[in-house]
Amino acid sequence: MSRAGAQDGPRTAGRAPQDTTREFVTPEGVDLRLRIGEAGERAAAFVIDVVILVVALIVVSIVSAGVLLASQLRGVEMAAIVWLLIAFFLRSFYFMAFEMHPRAATPGKRIMGLRVIARGGGRLTADAVFARNALRELEVFLPLSFLVSQGDGIDAWVILLGLIWSGIFLFFPLFNRDRLRVGDLVAGTMVVKAPRRKLPPDLADERPTVGVLSFTQAQVDAYGVKELHVLEEVLRRADKPTLRAVAERIRAKIGWQGEPVEDAEFLAAYYAALRGRLETRMLFGHRRRDKFDKA
Amino acid sequence: MAELVLKSQRFRAEREADWRRLEALLAKAEGGSAARLSREELLELPVLYRSALSSLSVARSISLDQGLIDYLESLCTRAYFFVYGARSTLLARMGGFFTHDWPAAVKGLWRETLVSLAITLLGVVVAAALVAGDPDWFYAFVPSELAGGRDPSASAAFLRATLYDDHDGKSVFATFLFTHNAQVALFAFALGFALCLPTAGLMIHNGLMLGAFLALFASHGLGLEAGGWLMIHGATELFAIVLAGAAGFSIGWAVVFPGETSRMSAAAAAGRRAAVVMIGVVVMLFLAGLLEGIGRQAVRADALRWTIAAASLSLWLAYFYLPRKTP
Repeated sequence: MSRAGAQDGPRTAGRAPQDTTREFVTPEGVDLRLRIGEAGERAAAFVIDVVILVVALIVVSIVSAGVLLASQLRGVEMAAIVWLLIAFFLRSFYFMAFEMHPRAATPGKRIMGLRVIARGGGRLTADAVFARNALRELEVFLPLSFLVSQGDGIDAWVILLGLIWSGIFLFFPLFNRDRLRVGDLVAGTMVVKAPRRKLPPDLADERPTVGVLSFTQAQVDAYGVKELHVLEEVLRRADKPTLRAVAERIRAKIGWQGEPVEDAEFLAAYYAALRGRLETRMLFGHRRRDKFDKA
Repeated sequence: MAELVLKSQRFRAEREADWRRLEALLAKAEGGSAARLSREELLELPVLYRSALSSLSVARSISLDQGLIDYLESLCTRAYFFVYGARSTLLARMGGFFTHDWPAAVKGLWRETLVSLAITLLGVVVAAALVAGDPDWFYAFVPSELAGGRDPSASAAFLRATLYDDHDGKSVFATFLFTHNAQVALFAFALGFALCLPTAGLMIHNGLMLGAFLALFASHGLGLEAGGWLMIHGATELFAIVLAGAAGFSIGWAVVFPGETSRMSAAAAAGRRAAVVMIGVVVMLFLAGLLEGIGRQAVRADALRWTIAAASLSLWLAYFYLPRKTP
C-alpha cells in the first residue's frame, strides 16, 4: 500500500484532553488546527444518509412498480433483478462512492460540515474508504440483526448477549479521544470538521463612528483578546438587547463620558480601538490574553 | 469607507482578492472533478494555496479578527486536502489493480487463506459425515428457504431435476444469491475485527451447508452431478468467500498480535491490505453470479461443468500465486 506523504506529511498529535482541536501540521509547516467531528454530528450525518438511502429505495421501488404496471407485468423478472442490484449497490456503495469524491463526504456529512481524512494526513485512498465502509456491516447491521431477531428462553439470552457484544462496536467512537469508529480504526482514517465558511466583513471597516470617537489609553487597556472576541461575536450577531447590555457594561467599565451614540455604533468604535491597541501590543510581542492579564 | 487604520485591515485588503480566487477555484473543483479546471487554473491552485497558508500564519500573529482567522483556517484546510489528499476514484484505482495490487494482496494473505480454507473444509467434512449417518441432520444445517424442497424427503428424480432443469425466476435467484453472497463476504471481512472468531464461525457455517447439500445428493448417487452443478460457479464463489474470510482473519490477527508496530497502525495497515482483497472479492462474486445465471443454464453436461470448474479454479490459482515480475 502506498503511503505517499506519510513521512513528510503532517503529524497529528493534539494533546489537551477534552479538547477537540488536533494539531495538524502541513508540509509547509503551518498548523491547520483541525477539529474532530463530534459524536453527535457524526450520528446526525449518519441518520441523514440513512434517510436519503431509504427514500431512494422507496423511489426505486415505486418507479419499478410503475414500469411493471405499465408493461402489464411482463418484465417481472427483469424488474426484480434491477431492483435487487440497485438495492445492493445503494446499501453497499452509497457511502463509498461519496467518500471517494474530492470532498470525501456523504451528503449527510456535507450538511454537518464534516469530511473524512487519512489519519496520517496523507492521501485518502480508495482502499481506505472501502475498508471503513465495509466495516459498517459490523457496526450497524450486526446490532440491527440481533435487534430484529426473536427467540424464547436460552435464545433470548443469546440474542441479548449478542446485542451487548455488538453494541461495543456501535458505541466504539464514544470510548476513544478521536471519536474513531471501528471502520476508521481499520482504515486509518478519521472524520474532521471542514465547514465552508464565508469571509465575514471586517468589523473595523464601514462604520461612520470608527476613528471618530476617541478613547484614552486607559480605556482601551480595560480588556484583553478574550473579551475582544466576545465583543466581535456580539457585534456579528447584532442582537439588540445583547448589544445594549454589553454597551452598558463597557461604558460603565471604562467610565465613558463622550457623545451619546447608538449602542452598535459605540461598540463598533470601541471594538476597532481595542483591536488596534491589542494588535499593536501583539506586534511588540505581547498578546494580552484577557482583562486579568496585567503585564 | 473609513480609511484603513489597522495593520490587520491593510493586510486583509491586500490579500483578499487572492483568497476569493482560491475559494472560487476550490468550489469549481469540488463541484465536480479536477478535470473541470483548466490547465492554468490547476497550476494556479497550489500557488494560491501556499499564499493562503502564509496569510494564515501572518493573520494568526498580527490580526485579532476571529472571523478572518476562522475563514482562513477553513479555506486552507479545504485547499490542503485538494492539493495533498490526492483523489483516487474507483476508476483511477482500477489502473494497476488487476495487474498488480490485487493478486499481490491475495498472495500476501496466503496463510490466512489456508486457515480459512481449512475451516471451511472442516465444516464440509463434519456436515457430510453427520448427514450421511443420519439425514435428519440436514435440517440443522440448511435453512429451508435456501433448500427449496431439496431435503432428505425429496425423491432422487426430483433432486436430479433440480440439477438440470430450468426454473422460472432462475436469474432473479442468481441475482439474489450474488447480493446475498456479497453481503456475507463483506460480513465475514467486517467480523474479522471482532478477534477472528465470528469470521471462523461464519466460514464453518458456510462449510456445513455445503457439506450437507453434497451428502444429501451423494446419498441418492448424485454426488458427482451435484458437484458439477455446484462447482461450475462454486469454484469462483467459494474461493471468493474463503478469501473474504482470510481478509477478516488478517485484520483480527493484526489487532490481537500487532507485532512491532502499535495496535492502531497494525490494524490500519492490515485493514487497507484486506480492503484491496475485498474489492476483488466483490468482482469475483459478480463473475460467479454470471457463471451461475448464464453458464449453468447453457451447460448441461457434467463433464463440461467439471471442466469449467477446474479451469476457473486453476486460472484463479495461477493468477494469484504464480510468480510475476514486479513493476
